[in-house]
Amino acid sequence: MNALNDLGLIIGISLMYAAPLIYTALGGVMTENSGVVNIGLEGMMTIGAFIGATVGYYSGNPWLAFLCAGLAGGVLALLHAVACVTFSADQVVSGIAMNFLGPGLSLFLSRVFFEGATMTKPIPLDQKMPRPLNGVFAQNSFLDLVFNQYATVYLAFLLVFIVWYILYKTKIGLRIRAVGEHPRAADTLGIDVYKVKYLAVILSGVFAGFGGAAMSLAAVSNFRATLISGQGFIALAAMIFGKWTPQGSMWACLLFGVAQGLVVYLGGTNIKVSSQLLAMIPYVLTLIILMSFVGKVTGPAANGVPYEKNKE
Amino acid sequence: MMKENRLKFTIIAILIGLVIGAIILLAVGYNPLEAYGIMIAGVFGSPKYISWTIIKSTPLILTGISVAFAFKTGLFNIGAEGQFIIGALVATLAGYFLHLPPVLHAIVALLLACLAAALWGGFAGFLKSKFGVNEVITTIMLNWIAFYLSNFLVYWDKFKRPNSEASQKILSSASIAFPKEFGSSLGSFFNAPVNFGFIIAILVAFLIKYVLNDTTLGYELRAVGFNKDAAEYGGINVKKNTITAMMIAGAISGLAGAVHVLGVTNEISILSAMEGNGFDGMAVSLIGGNSPIGCIFAGLLFGALKYGGYKIQPIMGAPSEIINIVIGIIVFFIAMPKMIEGLTTIRSRRKRGGEVERSK
Amino acid sequence: MNNIDFSTKVIEMKGITKKFGDFVANDNIDLTVHKGEIHALLGENGAGKTTLMNVLYGLYLPTEGEIFINGEKVQITNPNIAIEKGIGMVHQHFMLVDKFTVVENIILGKETTVKKGNWNTGHLDIKRATKEVEELSRKYGLYVDPNAKIEDITVGMQQRVEILKALYRGADILILDEPTAVLTPQEIEELIQIMKSLTGQGKTIIIITHKLREIKQAADYCTIIRRGKKIDTVKVSDVSEKDLAEKMVGRQVNFVVDKKDIEKGEVVLNIDNIVIKDNRDLNAVDGLSLELHKGEILGIAGVDGNGQSELIEGLTGLRPVESGKIILNGEDITNKTPKYIIERGISTIPEDRQRRGLVMDFSMAENFILEKYHKEPFSHGNKLNHDEIRKHAKELIDKFDVRPRNEDQLAKALSGGNQQKVIIAREVTNDPDVLIAAQPTRGLDVGAIEFVHKSLVEQRDRGKAVLLISFELDEIMNLSDRIAVIFDGKIVAILDANKADEKTLGYLMAGGGVDDERKQA
Repeated sequence: MNALNDLGLIIGISLMYAAPLIYTALGGVMTENSGVVNIGLEGMMTIGAFIGATVGYYSGNPWLAFLCAGLAGGVLALLHAVACVTFSADQVVSGIAMNFLGPGLSLFLSRVFFEGATMTKPIPLDQKMPRPLNGVFAQNSFLDLVFNQYATVYLAFLLVFIVWYILYKTKIGLRIRAVGEHPRAADTLGIDVYKVKYLAVILSGVFAGFGGAAMSLAAVSNFRATLISGQGFIALAAMIFGKWTPQGSMWACLLFGVAQGLVVYLGGTNIKVSSQLLAMIPYVLTLIILMSFVGKVTGPAANGVPYEKNKE
Repeated sequence: MMKENRLKFTIIAILIGLVIGAIILLAVGYNPLEAYGIMIAGVFGSPKYISWTIIKSTPLILTGISVAFAFKTGLFNIGAEGQFIIGALVATLAGYFLHLPPVLHAIVALLLACLAAALWGGFAGFLKSKFGVNEVITTIMLNWIAFYLSNFLVYWDKFKRPNSEASQKILSSASIAFPKEFGSSLGSFFNAPVNFGFIIAILVAFLIKYVLNDTTLGYELRAVGFNKDAAEYGGINVKKNTITAMMIAGAISGLAGAVHVLGVTNEISILSAMEGNGFDGMAVSLIGGNSPIGCIFAGLLFGALKYGGYKIQPIMGAPSEIINIVIGIIVFFIAMPKMIEGLTTIRSRRKRGGEVERSK
Repeated sequence: MNNIDFSTKVIEMKGITKKFGDFVANDNIDLTVHKGEIHALLGENGAGKTTLMNVLYGLYLPTEGEIFINGEKVQITNPNIAIEKGIGMVHQHFMLVDKFTVVENIILGKETTVKKGNWNTGHLDIKRATKEVEELSRKYGLYVDPNAKIEDITVGMQQRVEILKALYRGADILILDEPTAVLTPQEIEELIQIMKSLTGQGKTIIIITHKLREIKQAADYCTIIRRGKKIDTVKVSDVSEKDLAEKMVGRQVNFVVDKKDIEKGEVVLNIDNIVIKDNRDLNAVDGLSLELHKGEILGIAGVDGNGQSELIEGLTGLRPVESGKIILNGEDITNKTPKYIIERGISTIPEDRQRRGLVMDFSMAENFILEKYHKEPFSHGNKLNHDEIRKHAKELIDKFDVRPRNEDQLAKALSGGNQQKVIIAREVTNDPDVLIAAQPTRGLDVGAIEFVHKSLVEQRDRGKAVLLISFELDEIMNLSDRIAVIFDGKIVAILDANKADEKTLGYLMAGGGVDDERKQA
C-alpha cells in the first residue's frame, strides 16, 4: 500500500512538473512547423511566469492571470516574429535577444511592482489554480496523488490534443506545415506566408507564457529569478526529441517530468542518493536517446530559413 | 565596405538600445540621464572602478571569443555556459589539490581547465559528427550536466569548505592575481583583484584571429563553417573539423572559467541557477560581429554596462535589470540589419528630398 | 493549330518592364496569346522569360506596363488574383511539399473542408478532396495516385500533380516553365500529347523553354526574348530551328563541337560491379560496371534519379561503396577519402556548383585552393601564404577569363557562368587523369556552355579521360565518344556515339532494353 502511494506521489509530481514543459514544447512545435526557430521560448516562459504571478497576486483571479501570462508571452513572440518574418533576421540571434528581454523585463518590472524585490509576493492558496478533482478521492490515496492536479495540468494534455488536431486535421494546420516545408510553394498558391508565420510564432509565445504561468500559478505560488532557469531550453529539446510533433513532445516532456518527480521523491526519503546526481539523470538520458534514435531525424525542411518574397 | 557597414549597424543598435532603455526608465518614473550618469561614474569614476570593469569583462571577452569562434566554423555554441563551469571547476580542483611551485601551479591549473573544457565541448562536436545530433541541443544538455556535476563535487566533503556554500579556496601558488607589492605603488587601481586574466584574453583574441585567417586549420574550419558540402568535396574532413572546432571553443570558455577562479573568486560556489557567463558570451560575440578582436570591445562594453548598471539600484533605486533589457534590445536590432538599413536609407532619402521609393 | 480562336486575346501584356535594383530583367516587353494556343517563350538562361511569367502570375510586380486578361485590364499583385483570373503556373522547380500527399498538395490554399450549414469548420475533408482530384484526373487524362506522397513518386508524376494543381483552381491559362528539363524523351512525348489535349478542351498554354526541337513539335507561336527584350514573335511552322536559335542568341550558332580525331587509349578507370546506397538506404547504384579509357569522353545518359548522383559521390569518396571495386590506374581506390582520391587523379565538376563546388562566402582566391590549401606554395607547415594564393588566383583569372578580374570578389557575387569557370579552372589545374563533369552546363547561357564544352574536349584531346553525366541528351550526344545509358542504378547499354540516335537512347533511358532482356531471360 505504501509502495503504491509512493508511486502515486512520483506520478503526481511528474505530471505537475511536465505540464509547464508541455505548454512550452507545444509552442515550439507550432513555430518550428511554420519554419521559424524560436530559442526565445525560455524568455517568453519567464515573462509568462512573472505576469501570471503578478496578475494572480493583484487580481486574485488565477484564470485572468493565466490568460495575461499567455498574452505577455505572445507580445514578446510578436517581436520575434517582426524580426524573423518581416526583417528576415537570424532567428537564433533574435531568440537570444528574447532570452535577455524576457527575464530582463520580468525582473525589472518585479522590482517596480514589488518594492525592489526580484520575487513576487506569494499568491494565497485559495487563489492559486484550482484543482478540479480535489476531494473526489480519499486524501493521499493513490488516485488522489495522481489525479488531484491543478487545472493547468489537465489543460496541458488537452492542448496537446488541440495542437495535434489543428496541425494535422485542419486547413490552417495544413498551411502551417506547408509554409514550414516549402514556403514558396505555399506562396505560389496564394497563401500569405508571412501571416501564417506570424500566427504560428505568436501562438508559440502564448503557449510558452502559459507554460511559465503553469509554474508560477500552480507548481509554486510566486515568481522568482530562478524559477524558469532553463526550462524553456528543456522544452525545446523535448520538441526535437519528439520529432516536432505534439504527441512526441508530450512524451519527451513526461520523461523530464518523471526525472524531476524522482528527484523530489527521493529527496524526501532516507535513501542516500545525491540529489545533484539525480537531477543530472534526465539530461544524460536525453543525450543517450538522442544518440541512439534521433540522429537522422530532421525537422521541417525550411525550418530556420528566412523567407523573402520578392527575391530572385 | 561590409565591415564598415557592420560597425555602423552595431553602433546604431547600441544607440537604439540605450534610447529605448531610457524611455523604459522614464516610463516607470526614473530619470534616465541620472541613471546613465551613475553608470558612467560607476565605471570611470575611480581607477578602482575601471579595474573592476576590466575584471568583470574578462570572462565575457573569453566566452564571447568562444562563441564567435564556433560561429565562424558554422557551429552554435550554446554550451559556453557549461564549458565555463567545467573550466572553473577543474581550475579550482587543481588549485586546491595539487601542490606545485607558484607560476607553474597556475599554468598547470589553467591548462587542465582548458583540457577538460575542450573535452566537454568536443563531446558535443563528437555527437554531431558521429550521430548527427544538433549541437544546440547537446550543449544545452551538457550545460545542465556540468551544472549539477559542479554542485555535486562542491558538496563532496573533501572539497567543500565547512560551514559555507562553497568549495575550498585555491592555494596561493595557483593564483594569477598581480602580486600585492606590485600594486601598492600604483594607487587604487589595484584595490581590486587585478589579475593576468585580461592580458590572457587579449592574447587569446589575437591568437584566434591568427588561427582563423592565417593557418591551414583556420582555412579548413572556415570552409566547413561556410559550406560543409563544398569543404567535404574539396577533401576536407568535416567530421574531424567539427570536433576540433568544438574543442577549441570549449577550451576558450573553460579558460574563461579558470581565469575567473584563479584571478578573482579563488573558489566556486554551489550554484542555484546558471550564472550566465556563457549566455552573455553569445551577446558579446554578436555585438562584436563574431570577430575575436570585436569581442574585446564588446566584452568591455558589456562588462561596463553590467558593472555600472548594478550601481543604479542602490543609489537611485532604479532596477539594474534595465541593463539586460538594453542588451536584449541591442542584440535584437543586431539580428535584423535589414531594419537598420531600412531606417538609415529612408532617412538619407528624405534628406535628399527625394521620394521614398516603395518597392512593395 | 486548329484549336486557336483568333478572335479572343486571352493574354495581352503591354510594355512590361521589371527592374531588380539597377538590373533590368524585362525591358518593355509585349506579349499576345490567343485562346487555345500553345505559345512558346524562347530565350537563354537569364534572358527574362521566367521573370515575365512571374509578373503575369503575380509573384513580381512589374515596374511598368499593363496586363489584360480576356480584354479586361487587371492588376495582378499576388498569385491569388492570377488564380482568380484563371492563370495557373507550373514552375521549373516543382512547388510541391515532399512530405505531403498528392491530394494535400493539390488542395493546399483551396482546401476542401467540412461545412456545417453556414459554418465552415476548417476541418479538412480529405475523402471528398480525393474524389474531386480523381474526377479531375480522369477528365484530363492525367492519372496519379492521390494518396501517394510526393517524395515517393516519379518526376513525371510530380509534373502531372503540378498541372492538376492548376486545373483544380480552374485555370484556363497554363504557364509551364521548362517543363521538359527533367523528363525522358518518351515522357516529353506524353507531355506534348497532354498539352494538345488540353488546348482541345479550350485551355491556353504558355511554355517557357530553350529547347528548340520541342517548340517545333508542340508550339503554334513563339516569342523570342534576349537580354530582357522581346526580339520577335513568329509562327512556328514558318521558321526553322536554326532561325529560332539565331534569334535567341543574336548570332550564328554552331551546334557541332569540334573534336580531334584521336584513338582512345588504355583503361584508366575501371568501375567493377559497385553498389551504393542512397539516403533512404536503397541501392541507388546497383551493380554498376564501366570502363573509362584515356582520350575519350564517356557520356552517361539517363533520367534524373537513376543513381547518377550516388555514382558521382561514390567515385569521389563522398558516399560509401557497399560492394564492388573502383580501380584507378591499377590502384584500388574504393572507399578512400575524397582527399586521397583527388590526389590520385580524379577531379570533379560537381553537380550542384553552389552546394558542392564553391564556398560562396569565400573569395575567388580562397576557392581556387580548396583542394590544395595544405600544399606548397599555398601554405608552409600550418601557415597560409597569402601572396602565393593571390598570385595563383590572378593567373587562373587571366587564363580562364573570369569576370570580374578581382581575386577578392566573393564567389556568391559571380554570375553562374563565372562560378563554373572558377570550378573548371580549379579542377583542370589539378591535371587529373579523370575529370568527372556532372551537369556541367546546367543553368548557363550559350556563351558559357560553349566554354565548358571546349574545356571538356580539350581535356580529352590531351589524352585525359572525361566522364560526362548529363540529363541533356543533346549535350551527351554532341560531346561523347561513347554513350553509356544508366537506368535503375545499372549501365543498361553502351553505344558508340556516332551510332546512337535519340530514339534508341530514349528507349533505353526509360528502361526499355531492360524489359526486353527480362523477357528473353
